Amino acid sequence: MDYFAQQLINGLVLGSIYGLIAIGYTMVYGIVGMINFAHGDIFMIGGFIALITFLILVSFGLTAIPLILLVVLLVSMAITALYGWTVERIAYRPLRHSFRLAPMLSAIGMSFVLTNYSQVAQGARVKPVPPIITGGYTLHEGAGGFVVQLSNIQIIVVITTVVLLALFTWLVSSTRLGRDMRACEQDQTMASLLGVDVDRTISMTFVIGAALAAVAGMMYLLYYGLVDFFMGFVAGIKAFTAAVLGGIGSLPGAMLGGLLIGLIETLWSAYFSVEYKDVAAFSILIVVLIFLPTGLLGRPEVEKV
Amino acid sequence: MQTSRAPGVAFIFKKALISALVALVLFSLMIGVRTEAGSDGQLTYWTRFGDLAMMVATVFGGSIVVELLRQWWGPVGTVRVVPPQVTSALSLGARLVAPVLLIFTFLVPVIFYNERYILDLGILVLTYVMLGWGLNVVVGLAGLLDLGYVAFYAVGAYSYALLATNFGLSFWICLPLAGILAAFWGVLLGFPVLRLRGDYLAIVTLAFGEIIRLVLLNWQSVTGGPNGVTGIPRPTMFGIPLSPGDDGLAAMLRIEFSPTHRIVFLFYLILALALLTNWVTIRLRRLPIGRAWEALREDEVACRALGINTTTTKLTAFATGAMFGGLAGAFFATRQGFISPESFTFHESALVLAIVVLGGMGSQLGVALAALAMIGGFELFRGLDQYRMLVFGMAMVLLMIWRPRGLIGHRAPTVFLERNQAISSDLVKEGHG
Amino acid sequence: MSADHILSVDHLSMRFGGIVAVNDLSFGAERRKITALIGPNGAGKTTVFNCITGFYKPTSGSMRLAHDDGRNIQLERLNDFRISKQAKVARTFQNIRLFPGMTALENLMVAQHNALMRASGLTLLGLIGAPSWRVAEKAAIDLARTWLERIGLLDRADDAAGNLPYGDQRRLEIARAMCTEPALLCLDEPAAGLNARESASLSELLLAIRANQGTSILLIEHDMSVVMEISDHVVVMDYGVKIAEGTPQHVRDDPKVIAAYLGADEEEAIAVMESGT
Repeated sequence: MDYFAQQLINGLVLGSIYGLIAIGYTMVYGIVGMINFAHGDIFMIGGFIALITFLILVSFGLTAIPLILLVVLLVSMAITALYGWTVERIAYRPLRHSFRLAPMLSAIGMSFVLTNYSQVAQGARVKPVPPIITGGYTLHEGAGGFVVQLSNIQIIVVITTVVLLALFTWLVSSTRLGRDMRACEQDQTMASLLGVDVDRTISMTFVIGAALAAVAGMMYLLYYGLVDFFMGFVAGIKAFTAAVLGGIGSLPGAMLGGLLIGLIETLWSAYFSVEYKDVAAFSILIVVLIFLPTGLLGRPEVEKV
Repeated sequence: MQTSRAPGVAFIFKKALISALVALVLFSLMIGVRTEAGSDGQLTYWTRFGDLAMMVATVFGGSIVVELLRQWWGPVGTVRVVPPQVTSALSLGARLVAPVLLIFTFLVPVIFYNERYILDLGILVLTYVMLGWGLNVVVGLAGLLDLGYVAFYAVGAYSYALLATNFGLSFWICLPLAGILAAFWGVLLGFPVLRLRGDYLAIVTLAFGEIIRLVLLNWQSVTGGPNGVTGIPRPTMFGIPLSPGDDGLAAMLRIEFSPTHRIVFLFYLILALALLTNWVTIRLRRLPIGRAWEALREDEVACRALGINTTTTKLTAFATGAMFGGLAGAFFATRQGFISPESFTFHESALVLAIVVLGGMGSQLGVALAALAMIGGFELFRGLDQYRMLVFGMAMVLLMIWRPRGLIGHRAPTVFLERNQAISSDLVKEGHG
Repeated sequence: MSADHILSVDHLSMRFGGIVAVNDLSFGAERRKITALIGPNGAGKTTVFNCITGFYKPTSGSMRLAHDDGRNIQLERLNDFRISKQAKVARTFQNIRLFPGMTALENLMVAQHNALMRASGLTLLGLIGAPSWRVAEKAAIDLARTWLERIGLLDRADDAAGNLPYGDQRRLEIARAMCTEPALLCLDEPAAGLNARESASLSELLLAIRANQGTSILLIEHDMSVVMEISDHVVVMDYGVKIAEGTPQHVRDDPKVIAAYLGADEEEAIAVMESGT
């Protein structure tokens, strides 16, 4: 039971990270109807930028951890958001009204570019960082000596996720930008006729998605203590799985899907086999799409004849 | 056309400046700072401001050049970038290009007999031509987006490798078996997922491809895990080995043995397999099943209203494509003599899909040309090693922007009464599934 | 109800969530006759069509198809492609659904898919080019040619369907449906978007199909001149229920029908009242 509780905590933390990435997928899919294949790599870039910023700050002699975290968060969000904007501008905007396959291949190409750009720029080796946030709480000490722990970093990951999610839900539901986004989601032509700047709205969607992916990247760095250039691919597919599981286009769905995928992956590794944890995640994607094509919170699609 | 419309130097300069600024922010940390783990595991970093400055300057200069080119060409548009004359010349020449290309391919081993490198490259290109033609059935004709095609390639390769190493079956028995097994897997995957549409199908096939790879990687007792399968038998010419021994082909023909014989044999083997794929595909297009595939791509609802069983139609497309992938996989295994899961990553699927889309979905010649361009172009950057994939990714993005519909976008009708005229790509649909 | 009905719809209802699109509808379509289903926009006509042709599964009710040879088929038990394949019901769509990237001839060839699949020995005979397949293929092309001639598109046989003018596309879609050799042809607003001359030639085509092929026709139509001219029987729907049925003259004079159209759209009501006078 204690073991299970511990896995539950670990799963929720991992799930929060997936959820943050999944939001980027779900928003972009909702508004332009394409899978942004490069999004996983944006997450990876976010992790790298967080790492580099952190290194610089520390080497400057900064020691106040909360201040460091705040600066790292802001810098990586800002720069990664610009990456998101640039990717949209270069690879997707020229293909906005093109054939369906062209943007998808362009996105796959962009994903290769980002992965290898990062490899060329920062080398192929894994970058470890020493634990930045240590300590935690012991929740329960079992009879067999097994301890259920909640570390500070886990608390930070979950709180950051919740705060950002709240902020973001407010942004989409109550601001002008959010309204424009929902309008573009429904009907881009009509939205532009009504004075919505479609290009700008779509750009902003990519920017917000990338900023959230940067947060996920930073959390990943803090939690696992490492980044490498290839981490975007698998994390990207799993986050997309989460978005689909929750119902693509739905923000709470993305978060819910992320949590479920995180839990499933952790529990599977804990009770069955670590080697096949990715197989489990991908199998779930297939099963969900077959039996629940619109996801848990998605809107059903009615076929028009 | 007067130049009054041209925005002038100030505009170009401003635009380039903005691009350079964006580049500066993007590259500031990723290029300007290099991190590396030291021998003690501690991360260190050093700055590379020289490289950073160079990158930003490149973007600035590049932006000016691009803007100037744009003005020189007038309002940018893919139609303007590729003059219509070129397109029509391409389609006119197409009838001529194909036979010339085919004859040349037949002669490659004769012309380049002593150039082992070119022969190897030729085999590689032909392998991708075959894979492209196989995937073309699924993506180009039936309009089903398959991002996990490499899975069938892997099934074919492992089928041959395992059957040959464990049971000693010969290549010529295993080849059809590999095709059948791959087709079987195609049906197995296809059955549940073909109800899905568009991007959902794409992501599920991608997941399927990854599952196959992960299973190959982790099922150590059967597949050898990351070490793969070694000692896969080389193909024989219908039972006659291509070896220096007394029973080898060279000894039988009383000619001096040369390892090139085997390379030439492999070259003609993959050429034959690729041509088989092409022949079957062309043939199928003119049969009701092939027409149903294309109709499915055009309008699935209308197909159902005409009494076409869309599920079996999709399944046959999937199985046919998978079968060709499996055959190519068996060839790959026998050619390499060694296979491991590393050869079957998502990157391969993306490469084959890029070949199909760049070729102009559905065009057999286009796919062949695209395979030649992509694999050949990829080889040009062999020396650059780690920049290779970077350039490849950029090329994919640029090619899509340049020609979203591929090299040969028009469609040839499968039957005609009077005139056999090509159909413009603007009318041809891509399918939803 | 002693008439010889090829299609009998009994107590058909279709709900989408809380919305009742079709409510307890019963009507019949007579063999070798033209039956029109009319009503204001949103009356549920296309929903009825989608139920009959298997695109929707009705919430309740039954639809029986009685073939010439005495076979009875319950349409609600078949789904999508089987309706066309087994029950021999063909349809066209309100917004034309041709295969735009395929030629007119190819469109008609696709329509003969099931017959050709059998002839090609499920592809195998075709792949080796067996003589029996060649004969069947030639016959299929001839059938397509015949239909192209009847709709006046023989000279455009090799043009992409998407390149044809609107009126030609409508006729091609009807020809394509006829190439499946149906017992019942369902047309969803075949005259929509056609000018007066095109509507007249459409009426001619439909009457010829009824006379020469003996195909029963069920059509949804807004163009009252077409309805009044060619229908043998008219069923009027409003808000998912049948409000009247009978001969075109009978229906035209029915005050309920006039009220329904007046309530919906003044112009259409006037069109109903003026047509035929």
